[in-house]
Amino acid sequence: MLELLSQPWPWYIAGAGIALVMFLLLWFGGEFGVSGALGTMCSMCGAGKKVPFFNVNWHNQLWNVVFVFGGLVGGFIAGHWLNSGANIQISQATVQDLQALGITNFSGLAPAEIFGTDQILTLRGFIFLVIGGFLVGFGTRYAGGCTSGHAISGLSNLQLPSLIAVIGFFIGGLLMTHLLLPFLIGL
Amino acid sequence: MKLIKFFLIGILFGIILTKSEVVSWFRIQEMFRFQAFHMYGVIGTAVALGIVIVAVMKRTKFKTIYGNEVVFNPKNMSIYRYLFGGIIFGLGWALTGACPGPIFILIGNGYLAFIVVAISAVLGTLAYGAVRSKLPH
Repeated sequence: MLELLSQPWPWYIAGAGIALVMFLLLWFGGEFGVSGALGTMCSMCGAGKKVPFFNVNWHNQLWNVVFVFGGLVGGFIAGHWLNSGANIQISQATVQDLQALGITNFSGLAPAEIFGTDQILTLRGFIFLVIGGFLVGFGTRYAGGCTSGHAISGLSNLQLPSLIAVIGFFIGGLLMTHLLLPFLIGL
Repeated sequence: MKLIKFFLIGILFGIILTKSEVVSWFRIQEMFRFQAFHMYGVIGTAVALGIVIVAVMKRTKFKTIYGNEVVFNPKNMSIYRYLFGGIIFGLGWALTGACPGPIFILIGNGYLAFIVVAISAVLGTLAYGAVRSKLPH
């Protein structure tokens, strides 16, 4: 069983699992939207004293932060006890594109050349980690949701605003991938 | 006690997203290059089942375990905030290869550089809260 679970899971299992997670969160009185937890963390740290946007009763939203922390523990469990150690089988075309950009290490979940801890204090590390994270936090709160809140929850509820947001996600992602990334990886 | 349920669902979420490689920068690159079906299959399946789940919940006036009806608040219609906010997030998603959930799941997987990403994401959220009155919504 552990052997089977340690293999990569197919897309339909993952999609069904994510839908199950959304269902459980709704059933238990929450909702599926991870980026909201980032705002709750701001409120918990006392940001509401300076920025009215965060002056909310965060105790009602604590469940979302707990959910995200559970995700971290789930990542630990999967990484330590359900890990086959094999490289991710991405398409050959992607491997070739990334090799052309200078990526050589295809082991693990993210390339160590960019996301290793030894990269944190480099210029490239600053752009991918600090700027990248900032854009994720700023953009998701501006858009009012991320992949879970808009692409899954919002589209499931047939919300046009969520479709606009998802189109935005792809405009930004395509611009970064095809125009900016070739330059930034070379730094 | 109430919070333990959410902690356990979070663990399930973290395992699913790790084992299906959704948290992988390589998979996100593959998605934005349209070179594999994997990510589209994951999101497509989740949305297809999600549409059914939400529709059934609405029709049956499905109740939470606390007895309240599950409410689905419609999102306010506008274009600017969703489009501009979405583009900004998309730029960050392609850079880091991670949306907010995966940032934390990757830390759990031992990718400790993502602690920096997580702190930056909280600061980005904070910055939005500080300047939001000046942005078109």
